[in-house]
Formats: sequence, C-alpha cells, structure tokens
Amino acid sequence: MADAALYASADRLFARKRLISFGLPALVLVYLAYVFFAFDIPGLAERARMDNARVLVSDAWSYKTHVTQDNRSGELTVAIEGERKGTYAPGTEPDWVTPDAAGTRVDLGEGHVVVFDPAGGFRYDVPGFGLIVAHLDGRNVTSNLPEEVPDWISASRTRLQVHTEAGRVSLTRNKTELFRYFPGWELFFFTLESPYHGHGLSEILFGDRLDLARSNLAGAWHDFWQNNMWRHADVAWALFETILMAFLGTFGAAIVALPLAFLSAKNFAPLVALRFATRRVFDFLRGVDGLIWTIVLSRAFGPGPLTGSLAILLTDTGTFGKLFSEALENVDGKQIEGVSSTGAKPLQRYRFGVIPQITPVLISQLFYYLESNTRSATIIGAITGGGIGLLLTQAMITQKDWEEVSYYIVLVVLMVMAMDSLSGWLRRKLISGA
Amino acid sequence: MTHADPTFDTRAHYMALMARKRLYGGLVLAVFVALMASGFMLADERNAGGFWRGLPHVFDFPADVIADTAPKLDQLPGHLLTYFPALVETINIAAVSTLIGAALAMVLSLLSTRGLARWPRLIPLFRRTMDIMRAVPEIVIALVLIFILGGGPVPAMIAIAFHTAGALGKLFSEVNENADLKPVEGLQSVGATWFQRMWLGVVPQVSPNYFSYALLRFEINIRASAILGFVGAGGIGYELKNAMSWGQGKFDEAAAIFILLFATIVVFDQLSSHIRNAMIAKKGGH
Repeated sequence: MADAALYASADRLFARKRLISFGLPALVLVYLAYVFFAFDIPGLAERARMDNARVLVSDAWSYKTHVTQDNRSGELTVAIEGERKGTYAPGTEPDWVTPDAAGTRVDLGEGHVVVFDPAGGFRYDVPGFGLIVAHLDGRNVTSNLPEEVPDWISASRTRLQVHTEAGRVSLTRNKTELFRYFPGWELFFFTLESPYHGHGLSEILFGDRLDLARSNLAGAWHDFWQNNMWRHADVAWALFETILMAFLGTFGAAIVALPLAFLSAKNFAPLVALRFATRRVFDFLRGVDGLIWTIVLSRAFGPGPLTGSLAILLTDTGTFGKLFSEALENVDGKQIEGVSSTGAKPLQRYRFGVIPQITPVLISQLFYYLESNTRSATIIGAITGGGIGLLLTQAMITQKDWEEVSYYIVLVVLMVMAMDSLSGWLRRKLISGA
Repeated sequence: MTHADPTFDTRAHYMALMARKRLYGGLVLAVFVALMASGFMLADERNAGGFWRGLPHVFDFPADVIADTAPKLDQLPGHLLTYFPALVETINIAAVSTLIGAALAMVLSLLSTRGLARWPRLIPLFRRTMDIMRAVPEIVIALVLIFILGGGPVPAMIAIAFHTAGALGKLFSEVNENADLKPVEGLQSVGATWFQRMWLGVVPQVSPNYFSYALLRFEINIRASAILGFVGAGGIGYELKNAMSWGQGKFDEAAAIFILLFATIVVFDQLSSHIRNAMIAKKGGH
C-alpha cells in the first residue's frame, strides 16, 4: 500500500516536472512565434537595404579618393571623399593621377588605366575585358559598349558607370568622375595642408624639422589635435562631457538621495506619513524615467550636458532612494546601541553607528551606476544634444561618414570599458580601505 | 616591541592615526566637492541655457502639457486606446530581447565559468566578448541597424538583446561560480555530454537566480525600448517623438503617452519586485 502511495506521489511529481519542462518552452515558443509575425520579420528581408549595409561596411574600413573633371570647364579636382577639406591643391596630386590638358591619366593599379577626355568622356582599359571608350554626344552619353553589358556596368542614355574591383568611373553630362578605394581611415592623423602629412612617426620624432617655425613634436601634436576632418579635440571633449554627465548625475543623485533615504527607511523614519510620501516621490522619480525627464528638462535648460546630468540625477535619485533605504532597513541595531551607550548624540549615532555599516553597499551601488550611467549619458546625449551621443547621431544622419561613426563606436566602447574598470578598481579600493 | 616601551604613548599614537585618517577622509571629501562644483559649473557653461535661468521654467513644459490636456480631457481615454498598440510593441521588444539575451547569456556564462566551461582555454575570449557586448550602448547598434533594416521594432530588439546578453552573462557567470559541482561530476561519470551536464546538472540549480536577474533586466529593457523608439525604432517612444513634434497646443496626445509609459514602468517595477520578493520568501521557507 505504502508503495502504491509513493508511486502515485512520484507520478504526480513527474507529471508536474514534465509540464514545467515542456510547457514553459512551449509557451516561450508560442510567444516568439507571435512576435515573429507581430514584428513582421518575414517582410524584413524585403525592407532591408543591403546596399546600405555594403556602403556602411566598405566605408567603415576604407575610403575613396574622387578624381572629378568638370565637363564644361575642363577643371580637374582630386579630393579625398570628395570633401573640400580633403582636396589636393593643384600640382600636389598623388602620383597615380597625372593631370594633362590633353587628357588626365589615372592609374588605378593592376593594369587598370583610365584616361579622361577633356571634352567629357573617358577611355578605360579593363584587363580581361577590353577598352571601354565613352564620350559625350550633345546631351547623351555614347560608348563602344554593346547592348548587353555585364552587371558591373550600368548604362543609360544620360549616364554610364563602370564599377570594377579597382575603382569606379562614371560619366554624366556634367562631370566625369572616378573613385579609387584605399583601405584605412583617410587623413586620420594629418590633413593635406599639414606639413606632416605623409611622414612616418620616426621621421617626425627623430627627423629634420618639417616646419621651420615649430618643433616637430609640438607642430605634429597641434596639427593632429586640430585636424579639421576628424576633429580629435572636439571628440575628446565630447567624451569628457559624457563622462561628466554620468559623474554629476550619479553623485548628485547620491547626495540628494541619502538624506531622503533616512526619511523613508522603516527604522529611521520620524513620521509614517513622511515615510510614505518620500517613498512615493522615489517611485515617481523612477517611474517617469530618464526619457521623459530629458524631454521636460531640455525644454527648460536647452540642449547640453547640464540637461543630461540633471535627467540622470532625477531618475537615479529615485533608484538610489529605494536602494539606500533598503540598505538602511537592514542595518544592525547593535552597533547603534553600542554607540549610543557611550552617550552619543543622534547625529553622532548616525555618523558612527549607521554610516559605516551602509558605506560598502552605498559605494558599490554608486560605482555600479556610474558605469551604467556612462552608457545612459551616451543615449541621453543623443536625445538632448551633448557629448559623444550627439556626435554619433550627427555622423549617422549624414549617412556617409561611416568611418567617423565606426571611430565613435570604438571610442564609446572603450570609454565604457575604461569606466567599468575604473569604477571596479575604485570600488575595491574604497571598500577595503573603509 | 613598541608596546612594552614605557615611552610609547598608545593614546597619542591612536590620536595621531585618527587625525591622519580624518585628514585623508577630509581631503578626499574636499576633492570630491571641488570636482562636483567645478563639474557643475562646466556643464552649466556648456549648456545652451543656464541652470539659474532655466530653473524657473522647469515646470513650463509640464504646465503646457496639462493646459493642452485639461480642455480635452474627454478625448484622453481615446488617445490612451490609440497608443495602446504602440505600448504593446514596446513591451514586446523588451520581452523578446530579454528572452533572447538571457538565452545567449546562459550559454556565454556557462562557457566562461571556471570548472564548467566546455573549452577552458577559451574562457578569456568569452569573457572579453561579454565585456564588449555589455559596453556597447543600445543606441549605437539600434542606429546602425535602423540605417540598414529601416525603422521598426527589429533593430531595437537586436540592439537590446545584444547588450542584455553581455550584462546578464556577467551576472549569470557569478551565479554559476556558486553552483554545486557534484551533480555535474555525477552526470559526467555516467557519460553525459557537456550540454546534458549543463542542462541537467547546473541549470536547475541556478535557474531561480537567473530568473530573478532576467526579471530585473526586463524592467530595465522596457525603459531602453521606450528610449530607442525615440530615436527611430518603433513603439511608444516613436509615437512620443511624433506627438512632441506637433508642438504647443497639441500636447494632449503626448500627455496620453506619458501616462501610458509611466503606468507601464510603475506596474512592471512593482510586479517584478513582488515576484522576486515572493521567490526569496519561498526559498527561505524551505
């Protein structure tokens, strides 16, 4: 009989286990299936712009130099990324471009040679394919290409584009343009007008003076820091601003929350009504959330780091208030009794009986939030306009400076990781020291 | 033997030690106060509007919102209903990204815990991977993916799941370190594969802690998904951005969204802390 009862209870137990171990995953799967359709994931492939992805990836690790001929005036410009800031002065073109009034010759390497037609057009000798000759005929573009062209050539009545692995040449009525791709980030250290452009590190450190007015090190540092394409000084400032927002927000919130936490802790609250009220204030501050605080505050204070720090401060006052009051409720009464038995006044009781008990909890929470707020400050900066978040969104909006976007992403990740190790180190240092 | 030394004054020594400790404490405090003050001044200077100039206007925007909403109070329930689907989308983004993130975190954390790892030599690799995943702010991935995939919930979901995997992975691996290895050894002795050892030996021990951390993350992710909506991913944040852009006089819809968002955060905050407390109580009862 006993056996039967045991079997029965074991069976029930197994049935329950089976239900949980199969039912729960089934539930999750059903939910995921619902979301699969609610988010329209089948339609995603259609909406995805893979050409955007290609531009992004190739732009992130390479750059292109534009060689552009104005077909009306015959004027030739050679510019990195086609930007004015990266334009080569006439006579200083890179050696693969040979300007010539009779037809500029561009060597793309590996046998690819393009010769511009000063009247508009080009001759491109593609190895393994043959010579492509294109020129302008009034408003139209004509070429020696047959009707059927390979997919790396796109031809229409007004436009011809040849895209090989060596580069890209296009011809329209207005201009003949050539892109040549290079790996790396262009002009990262020095812009073209800097005398240090194209010189190696050892040359700058140990070589002769490149600019007679300045010492190499000072000059190179100045030109690097003031590089007007990558704006290293501004980026460093933006990173600092982001960390500043996190710092002010986190520690400001702690300063505000600590006294309030005493009011809302069960064992310290002077009045039940006051305790209830402070609790609701904490809940409200937390519930409104950083996003709404950012919007509200940026209306009053305008965009900038102050708005961001205040938004973090308000949200985290709620969080810290809750955490600190929980820590206060868990303090050991014996220490306080001990301190008061020596005749300590209330303030001294708090100082020597309570604070030492909660400091480790406090510090570890503070530094944990400092790190996480560095991330929040990046996000809030993107909304309210401050710090690296702003630079990131600005670079994204142009939809072409992907090398800058990837640079900022790397910097943000490094910044957060540095803050993570710094706050971990400080936490260990302060807790063991206390 | 300083203590036996008759000239050694214990009391004076103690007082000197205390004085030095107090000095250091005071110095740290002074540096901290100086940093806070100068940081505040710097931030104030860099801001478009100053702190003292802006302070009287803090309540201008809430007042505008209330002024716009009050005469159209009868329309408010309608607005709440209109934006409810967007709210559901925001919650769905948070829930799915927590699920996916937690699943990834589970695998990553098991692979990076000493004693449990499938490939012990690769532990540092998985740890670094988690560190990097944790360090990437959601907005970075979301903005890049919005460029490729277009606006909508999927970029936000992927971005939050990525960060969640890193953040939870670290917490999970701390939980794993405390797991009892005996069941794992037992399973190994009967020839269980790595997956079986983990699934049957470790996961049952750690799942309550996993669950509680994941619940906390879910709460954080609801906020994150609302914010990501504001920069172009779908959900209530996106609707909020649109409602805000209609400008003054039409803030009643924004008010409805504020109410929805606030209520959601408070409800999930209370719900998750209630469940976690109940779990702790249940554990303590056994």
